[in-house]
Amino acid sequence: MTDWLERLYETGWAAAIRENEIAFPWIECVHVLAITLVVGSISVVDLRLLGIAWRDRPVRRVLRDVLPVTWMAFGLAAASGFLLFSSNAPAYARNPFLQAKLGLLLLAGLNMALFHLWARRSVERWEAAPLPPLRAKLAGAISLLVWIGVVAAGRWIGFTMLSHS
Amino acid sequence: MRETLARFCSWLELTPPSRTLQTVEWAVPAVQTVHILAIAAVMGSMLFFNLRVLGLRGVDVPVARVSRRFVPVIWGSALVLLASGAVMIAAEPGRSLLNPVFQLKMALLLAALALTAVTARPLRHRPGYWGETLVRSRLARVLAGLSLGVWVAILCAGRWIAYVRAH
Repeated sequence: MTDWLERLYETGWAAAIRENEIAFPWIECVHVLAITLVVGSISVVDLRLLGIAWRDRPVRRVLRDVLPVTWMAFGLAAASGFLLFSSNAPAYARNPFLQAKLGLLLLAGLNMALFHLWARRSVERWEAAPLPPLRAKLAGAISLLVWIGVVAAGRWIGFTMLSHS
Repeated sequence: MRETLARFCSWLELTPPSRTLQTVEWAVPAVQTVHILAIAAVMGSMLFFNLRVLGLRGVDVPVARVSRRFVPVIWGSALVLLASGAVMIAAEPGRSLLNPVFQLKMALLLAALALTAVTARPLRHRPGYWGETLVRSRLARVLAGLSLGVWVAILCAGRWIAYVRAH
């Protein structure tokens, strides 16, 4: 376990991010941009599932508008997050807020997978209704809360890792 | 000007609300979390609005309809951002007010809000406004492209406040 963290720490790019003064903040900019786009886009879906916003647009249209943006932003967030992590891998791996953040991401993935499995069979029946069925509302609410948790955990990583938060 | 601002910062630092924010350890990260969530709302909303104006996303919905869905979110979030930002300033006045990156961020913010108003406002009474002439449709695309760039710059400036020394 600690072995690959040490090796990651010693890679050339990890050292470069550590030692270069502007690399870390710029990667952070990309990371924050990506995360705000993930949360800002997926919340459009969540609010539709909750029947709060964009109630006159069929759910599958909303998914088609939004999810490509969410996935692209998520890819960017994961890649930039990995680079930030690699700059000080062993310490980040021990950080409880990073562990919580990864746990929450897992929960978000699970929630999404369950929703899609269930919705695949029934979405046609309810997608045009302003107020989706309880299962969909539940998925939207869980997603919203989990992503708020991801942002909070992410912010606390900065405060527990570095002096210049 | 600079001295007045510096004096204001040293005064603000010593006020009771500022003191409280400095001593309650979770206060600043909690307010920053609210700030980032509001940024997420702005970034998502401005992205879908501008992509629609550019004709790149959701083209089966009229621009005016997309504007009605997303632009009020930008205004509402801007209020949350100003409020949470003000609390962050109160917690560490010198870190922000005297920081050139913070000053740049505020100038960019005014530009972004102006771009949003200029693009969204005509749609309220004339839903087809930006499509009426070729010149207008080109202008709308330029405004949307600028808005995308300026919002990204604001976000980056926000992150860089933490790294640039206030002088």
